[in-house]
Formats: sequence, structure tokens, C-alpha cells
Amino acid sequence: MVEEGLNFVVSPYDEYAVEEALRIKEAKGGQVTVFSVGSEETKTVLKKCLAMGADEAVLIKDDTGETYDALRTAKIIAQVLKKKHTGFELLLFGKQSVGADNSQVPSMVAALLDLPQVNVVTKLEIEGNSGTAHREIEGALEKVSFPLPAVISAQKGLNEPRYETLKGIMAAKRKEIPVVTLQELELQPEELDPGLELVKMESPPSRQGGQIIEDEPDTAARKLVEFLRQDAKVI
Amino acid sequence: MILVYLEIRDSKVKKSSLEVLSEAKRRGEELGMKTEAALVGHGVDSLASEAFRYGASKVHILENSLLSRYSPSAYTKALLSLAEEVKPEAILFAATSMGRDLAPRLAAKLGVSLASDCTQASVKDGKLVVVRPLYAGKAFARFTFKSTPQMATLRPNVFPLVDPSDSQGETIKKAVVIPESQVKDRVVDVVKAEGAELDVTEADIIVSGGRGMKGSENFELLRELTSILPHSALGASRSAVDAEWIDHQHQVGQTGKTVSPNLYMAFGISGAIQHLAGMSSSKYIIAVNKDPEAPIFKVADFGIVGDLFQVIPPLKEELKKALSE
Repeated sequence: MVEEGLNFVVSPYDEYAVEEALRIKEAKGGQVTVFSVGSEETKTVLKKCLAMGADEAVLIKDDTGETYDALRTAKIIAQVLKKKHTGFELLLFGKQSVGADNSQVPSMVAALLDLPQVNVVTKLEIEGNSGTAHREIEGALEKVSFPLPAVISAQKGLNEPRYETLKGIMAAKRKEIPVVTLQELELQPEELDPGLELVKMESPPSRQGGQIIEDEPDTAARKLVEFLRQDAKVI
Repeated sequence: MILVYLEIRDSKVKKSSLEVLSEAKRRGEELGMKTEAALVGHGVDSLASEAFRYGASKVHILENSLLSRYSPSAYTKALLSLAEEVKPEAILFAATSMGRDLAPRLAAKLGVSLASDCTQASVKDGKLVVVRPLYAGKAFARFTFKSTPQMATLRPNVFPLVDPSDSQGETIKKAVVIPESQVKDRVVDVVKAEGAELDVTEADIIVSGGRGMKGSENFELLRELTSILPHSALGASRSAVDAEWIDHQHQVGQTGKTVSPNLYMAFGISGAIQHLAGMSSSKYIIAVNKDPEAPIFKVADFGIVGDLFQVIPPLKEELKKALSE
């Protein structure tokens, strides 16, 4: 993928996660730290989170580029948390990245840190040392209870993310974003070898448009049903 | 051996799990590998016969009353001990809500990578090769696995079922040892949405509405069509969801769900690239739209240029007639 000339933005699901963290902080106190694994350009994304109201941001510098391998990312995140940021109560993620679309990192980090997990969350309540989350499944909602610390991944519907204020943007400009390198994390290169090998990238099979008609509604409806029965055989 | 996790919902093995089992059987035959299945839960023994019908030669039942409801941490523990014992070459899940939640947790515990939401599988040099969409379906990537077990989740509604056989096989039941304190994330309740409507990812037919529906009350027209069409679900484009005409559970496309039904019916949906990415793997697409230039017509197998409010009433009658014959 060519990333030059593109704007780096916070992915929509990550925005829900940041917003939820800020709301919990406003209601119950605490501190919000934002992490991202990526190249120097990722700082733009972290700045935006600071402008939204996050207290601090940390860049874990990894110039490898997209590997489509979630385990690698999860190992890096888990290691940062183990080595440098123990004592957190809640770890919020977007339910998936926009691109690799893996939906794997939150569950993998939860596994590596042995924490409870609730993914695809549309409602979150924290009470004392535990929480309840609504998680979207096929045609239903699961209500899940869990002790803290826990891993949560955010789905659309969880909240309405705020816009950054001018004051927030100015404050964010003044904040330094510390950079953690993979060497500091003492992760061996072979541990980070992707377990999936990308053999080939292809365009999706292209579709041919079919028959387009412009008829009286009755005739059009009849022809459509005929098509469904005789050509497509779907009814 | 290929191990398939069978998901249970409403005391039945999910169809999408049987699709995975069917694919495992086909690829297993090429690889010269047996296919085995894992059932996790409480009192689920009777479901093993379903697994034999769809290609499993052996079924592992992981039993504990604490597992009667889903818990990612506890289910992972159960599957991890099974995987460590039977050492499968591959472990496959359906890419359902549960599969997408559970498979990465198990993969991380096993220290292996996972290919998500695959739409094709094949065999090369004694290993699996999978194809999975990236960038919400705008690209397809072919992956091979460098670690064992090879782990993947397979997209529902894509892989055909094998013809069920009356084969029998071996059932191995194990009591899972797990202290209650280890069941950390526990489902305490399942609330069915809006009268237990079928989810778009599981439907054979999707009746979907966009901006052209003009208001939430008009989605009733589409609901009526779903009540006529068998195994159908209600879908929507992002603009309809953002306008709050319909809940985002129904949203198809880049920030919604990716679907592959047999038939996708788009009413008043122009066909933005983000929407097309989520539904263009449907077997048949039909579109009704006022605008003859709407991009949806470029992917539709059958399109009607016209006013959907005038087309739907006679369409309803024609469908009723056709389905009653």
C-alpha cells in the first residue's frame, strides 16, 4: 500500500475507544494513556488523541510496515505493558483496524497478559473493580461481566466521539510524545517474525453488471421475480 | 489432523461451523489428514452426531458446567489443553462473533498467527493456502502459514456444505478442569435484538435499504419483504444507519458487516465503494434505484431503474405468488 501523501487519521473504532476512556476518566477519575505501534508519522494520530483530552501518548516505534500479522503487534503491545506500564485498569482498543481488518489484536493482548476480554462492545459500565459490557453478536447482544483489569474493544454505537477543541490542540502541541523502541522492549527479532506469509495480493474478482430495465412498476416487478426464479434460481 | 471448533447456539451446532467442517473434510482429503471436531459446553454430547454427518471422524467433547455459557478465557483454556494434547496440523473456526473472539485468543496462547475471515482455502506442498479480503474487500490476499498449527477463521455463507452422510465416529469426552475464579469474562445474559431477527451475516437473502428509503417508517416495507422471503434478513447502508432510520447491527459495508448471501436486494442504495466492499461477494445482486447512473447498477445482476415505493408493492405480490407455487 502506498501511504505517502495520505493523511494519517485515528481509525474510527479507535476513536470510540479513546472517547470511552475519556468519559470513564471524567466520571471516575484516573489517567488516559494512548499507545500506537508504527512509524514516526503515527505521532499525528497520537497528537489528535492528546487533543481530544488524553493525558499522555506513547509511540512504540516500528518501521516494519504492514505485515497483516496481528500476533506481532499484540506481542509488542503486551511487552510494553509488562515492562513499562503495569498497573492499568482498562485496556481499550478499536474492534478492528481499517486495512488488515483482523479483529485479532485485542484478544491476543488479553491472552498474552491473561486478562478477561470483551470484544465488539456497544455499552460499557465500570463499577468499582469490575465491569459489565454489551457485546454485539449475530442478532443479539451478550451481556458480559468481568473483573478489572480487562481488555475491551469498541464497536460503533459505544459513544459519539468528541471533536478536539482549540485549547486541546494547543495543549497537545506542547506535549512531548515519548518513543519506545523495539530494542528497549528486548523483543528478539525472531519472536516478531510474522507467522503468515503474504504470497500474493489480488484485486477482488470483478463483477459484470447484468440486465437493467426501465418499465412500469408492475412489469418490472414481474420481470424481477422471473429473473430470481428462472435465472438465479434463488426462490 | 485438522481440528474444527463447533460453535453451539440455541442448543444446535451453527451452520457456519458445519460449513467449516465441510471445508476441512475437503482439504483434509487432499492433505491426507483426518478431520476432528471440538465441542465445548455442558450437556452437549448429543450434538456429536451432527459433526459425524458433516465429515468429522472423531469428536472431542470438552465438558464442564461452568462452560454452559460462553467465556473467552475459559473456552480458550479448554481448547488449549486439547490442542496441546492432540497436536492438530490446523485449527479452523467459523468467522462468527464467537469465532472472531475466541480464535485469536487461542492462537496467541499457542504462539501462532491467525488468518481471519478467509473466503477460500486450498492446498499446496502439504499445507493450507488461504485467501482473505483486506481493506474491507478492496483487495484479496493469499497467505501461507509459517507456524503450526495453521489457524484460520472462515467466513460464513461462503464454503458449501458437504452432503451429510450417516457415518459414525469416535466420541471422546473430557471433563475440563477449571476453577470458577478462572472463568473471568462470563456471559451473564443474551438479549435477542428486535424480535430475534436473523443477522445479515447468516442470511441467505438480504433485503437492504439506503438513503432512498427516505425515513425509518419506510423500512417497514423492507421488513415485509423479509417476512415473505425465506431465511432473509434486513440490511442497510451507512447513510440509512447514520440517519438513525435503523440500528447499526444491520449496516452492510466497510464500517458495518461484510456479507455473502445468495441474494442481495438493494433498495435506494447508490452503491458507494464502502458499501460495495461489504456485499459484492453476494452470489446475486439486484438493485432498485431512481438514478440510472447509480454505481450499484454496475455490480447488479438485475436492476430496475424506478421508484422503489412503486416497485415494492407489486414485487411483494409477485413474490408471494411465486413462493406459494
